[in-house]
Amino acid sequence: MLDIEGLTSHYGRIQALDGVDLTVGEGELVALVGANGAGKTTLLRCVSGVQPVTGGRVLFEGKDITRASPHTRVALGIAQVPEGRQMFGPLSVEDNLRLGAVRRKGPKVADDLERMYERFPILKEKRRQPAGTLSGGQQQMLAICRALMSHPRLLLLDEPSMGLAPLLVREIFDTVARLKEQRTTLLLVEQNAHAALGIADRGYVLETGRMVLTDTGPRLLSNDRVKEAYLGL
Amino acid sequence: MATIKPSGYSKHRKKQTYTRRLGTRATPMQMLFSERVGGMGALILVIACLPLLLSNNYQYDVAITMGINAIVVVGLNLLVGYAGQVSLGHAGFFALGAYASAILTTRYGLHGALALPAGALGVGVLAYLIARPILRLSGHYLAMATLGVGVIIHIVLDREAWLTGGPDGMYVPTIEVAGVPLYGGAIWYWIVAAVLILTVWLALNLIDSPIGRALRGLHGAEVAAEVAGVDTTHYKVMVFVISAVLASVAGSLSAHFSEFVTPDSASFFHSILFVTMVVFGGMASTFGALIGAALLTLLPQLLADFSGYEQMILGLIMMLVMIVMPRGLLPTLVGLARRRQREARS
Repeated sequence: MLDIEGLTSHYGRIQALDGVDLTVGEGELVALVGANGAGKTTLLRCVSGVQPVTGGRVLFEGKDITRASPHTRVALGIAQVPEGRQMFGPLSVEDNLRLGAVRRKGPKVADDLERMYERFPILKEKRRQPAGTLSGGQQQMLAICRALMSHPRLLLLDEPSMGLAPLLVREIFDTVARLKEQRTTLLLVEQNAHAALGIADRGYVLETGRMVLTDTGPRLLSNDRVKEAYLGL
Repeated sequence: MATIKPSGYSKHRKKQTYTRRLGTRATPMQMLFSERVGGMGALILVIACLPLLLSNNYQYDVAITMGINAIVVVGLNLLVGYAGQVSLGHAGFFALGAYASAILTTRYGLHGALALPAGALGVGVLAYLIARPILRLSGHYLAMATLGVGVIIHIVLDREAWLTGGPDGMYVPTIEVAGVPLYGGAIWYWIVAAVLILTVWLALNLIDSPIGRALRGLHGAEVAAEVAGVDTTHYKVMVFVISAVLASVAGSLSAHFSEFVTPDSASFFHSILFVTMVVFGGMASTFGALIGAALLTLLPQLLADFSGYEQMILGLIMMLVMIVMPRGLLPTLVGLARRRQREARS
């Protein structure tokens, strides 16, 4: 579904990605792990279109989207839950969700809203409150729901567990696992390699802008190199 | 690709009855205090009653200038307050509107009622062409670029004397409608009032629409807006054009009302004055913008007795307001009133 070929990207003169290849098949949950500054977020931003690509290609369902603008990618079916959640702070919870469906109109949007509220009743309770007043975990739920409002075929999740209490981290990963059961295709970027690889079909390990390892999730978990470098075992 | 949405969602379809609207319906009391109904009502009331207090031409003059400034500031607030994009060049668009009316009526014999929309259209196209490249910028860079636009317009109006009359300015003939000359404070008061009410109504509707939601979204979380599927450039350009067109309309009204235009209307100071009105009254508040425009038009007149020192005192008042009320006049006062209400209840 998503094919990345030889992708490079720069911040000014500093190279963040150096010829990265990655594929995500339909219905797959793929985890991308790596240390801080390895280029995981940059890679996701290249897929969603907010980071300029300096070389290589990004294909979505066989279509070259390397130069497409972010909003056309959303229309094609790619949604991103950005790093740090990026709420529209002063806007209400409901307005945040509605902005996720900005490209769609009509009563279906209201149906979707109800489904999101069913999924996370706390959001319904707080739907008139500014999103900025929500707790970190609630904001993360809202960020995921906001992305789902665009009916994505591919969901990009950037560090969904970042800065959350352990209990909430589990809830987030449960949510991600549930999305996978519902056959949503997911590309998950995480520093929490253990949890991410635990639920992923396949995993990639990124090190200073290069892809160094790829395997199925369970096998990466038991890989000595991964154990040593990312799992602290 | 077969599936359009994550298939798990469709399971719960239609089970839930649709109750959202019921839950959000406002009581008549709430409607009265809402921005749209209550605020519009209050504005119309103030505009309708104000002439009772106006006894001479000078006072009409001040009231009309307030209204003209308010039209610009309400439009500029959409750009600065809601979408979070700075413009330090809106006096340029104001002056272009004024000169379009002046030039089209005197040199080409066009009727004033046609010159105004023609000017607005021209400014709209120009703003669109300028906005495409410069709205890729943000922050200080955007401020610099818009400042440049304003300065260029000022210089062109100042130097192209064959067309604009140069630094001496230009005389604008009185408009006649069905043989009646539109002359004097009383007539222009109602013309400006009508345009102002229309502008406020348009602004309030725009903010409450999905477009407004997108604008508020891209303010502060632009990346999030982009990955949510908001075509941020499109919305920024749109609101830039709307605010420029409103400035142009206000400029045309001002030209016909005062029957005289000078290049100074495009000056940098004039642009700054508009932005100050937005910030003073309260960013992202349409009625705040109105109050900002009204007060900062009125204050220099009231301070005229302190001859020579009025600018200093005006600056002092502005500094104090911004220190005590950093969010601007109206949002701070509304916040204060809400807190009182909550405290009284608990």
